[in-house]
Amino acid sequence: MIYHISAVLATSQRILRQLSHDHRSVALIFLMPVILMSLLWWLYSDNDAVFDRIAPALLGIFPFTIMFLITSITTLRERTNGTFERMLVTPIAKLDIILGYTLAFGLLAVIQSLIASSVAIFFLDMNVAGPEWFVVLIALLNALVGTALGVFVSAFAQTEFQAVQFMPALIFPQFLVCGLLLPLDQMPDLLESIAYYLPLTYAVDALQRVVSEVDLSKEAWRDVWVLGAFILAAIVLGAASLRRRVK
Amino acid sequence: MAEGIRADKLSVVKQRQTILDSLSFSISPGVLTGLIGPSGSGKTTLMRTIVGLQIPTKGGLMVNEKSVGSSALRSEIGYVTQDPAIYDDLTVEQNLAYFAKLITAPKQSISNVIKAVDLEPQRRQLASTLSGGQRARVSLAIALLGNPSVLILDEPTVGLDPVLRQKLWKLFSNLAKNGKTIVISSHVMDEAERCEQVLLLRDGKLLWQATKANLLKSTSAHSVEDAFLKLVGDKK
Repeated sequence: MIYHISAVLATSQRILRQLSHDHRSVALIFLMPVILMSLLWWLYSDNDAVFDRIAPALLGIFPFTIMFLITSITTLRERTNGTFERMLVTPIAKLDIILGYTLAFGLLAVIQSLIASSVAIFFLDMNVAGPEWFVVLIALLNALVGTALGVFVSAFAQTEFQAVQFMPALIFPQFLVCGLLLPLDQMPDLLESIAYYLPLTYAVDALQRVVSEVDLSKEAWRDVWVLGAFILAAIVLGAASLRRRVK
Repeated sequence: MAEGIRADKLSVVKQRQTILDSLSFSISPGVLTGLIGPSGSGKTTLMRTIVGLQIPTKGGLMVNEKSVGSSALRSEIGYVTQDPAIYDDLTVEQNLAYFAKLITAPKQSISNVIKAVDLEPQRRQLASTLSGGQRARVSLAIALLGNPSVLILDEPTVGLDPVLRQKLWKLFSNLAKNGKTIVISSHVMDEAERCEQVLLLRDGKLLWQATKANLLKSTSAHSVEDAFLKLVGDKK
């Protein structure tokens, strides 16, 4: 069997236990999106239309960025302090580890998205024409892409400083071309083509659609499936990046 | 079926540098075996190869009649790394509970190993608040979980106080008497005095493999350190 459910659950439970001892990190994970959303609301307090356009997209971008950062650093720590090696000499499958991480951080992402979305919708009056749960779903999918991608890129970093540098390398370019700053069809052709290969593009598209569409369109559901495919690919890449044996 | 560890012309080359050079030896269960050599002699690489983390470049290495690295071996080997590989932000008990689940060891074994390494008072303490010696013992306790038949311990007693060191060596000796295959590395020659069998390693080459008594007799030495120096001198 390529994965063992008990090892997956044990790994996610262990990660959540570790985080439960780190109150400051937990507070930052849950409160930072709310603080940033509130700041955005304040900034555009005279222009609701701009807030309504940007805020939902940011609800997708925050969990992606935060989970990417947390996972890449946590995973790198495991690689450098020997606990990964210790796990890999046990019968655990590589996929168990990645799924354990995805489950733990996925759970955090659900809570984070619920808090941020609730504050945005009920306190900051963010207008969402479509179902609110779809906003949470996209935020969760984005967090899972960030989690799996974080595990993968940690294989290419030797220090936490290097791991942090992957954020400007992998996240910022996606932020620039995801369609939030400029609609895709107004971009130079090459950048538009590249944007279609990046997960954030689909997340932002889905979130912009739920803001304006009362019923979820076919395109909104396409975005969900594409994000699902990105998660799957990132999980496979993450598992492949864990080497049980070295030459 | 022949249990234990058997190496046949085992070599490991990393980045064009020969780390282990055609080692042949055998380690039987029940014999407390010390892998002794100075820093950089290849002890850790040999241990990593035995537990399956390092792929041999040439030669063969079998553990309990299975090729190293095979998935069937993973529940048979307990491994202690040189630096304690434990989770600082978990308690002693939580560290052990996690690894117990990975190897499907019974819950009772957690209490047993905590007792064996004398960490009962620190059971609910975060690993980050433990001393270096206590952290090393948590790492050892994890390796003992599930009662593995092979124990590979990389410098498990470094930095421990003499009383505790003596206690742990007694534990290792009892484990060997109970039929475990147990290999303990050390760069401190004095530690070899406590072993029944000694593998002397230098620059990736096996200088000597024998029982301690044979080693001392053959080299007319009074201590393992003395024997090591004589063997190095002979090679030169």
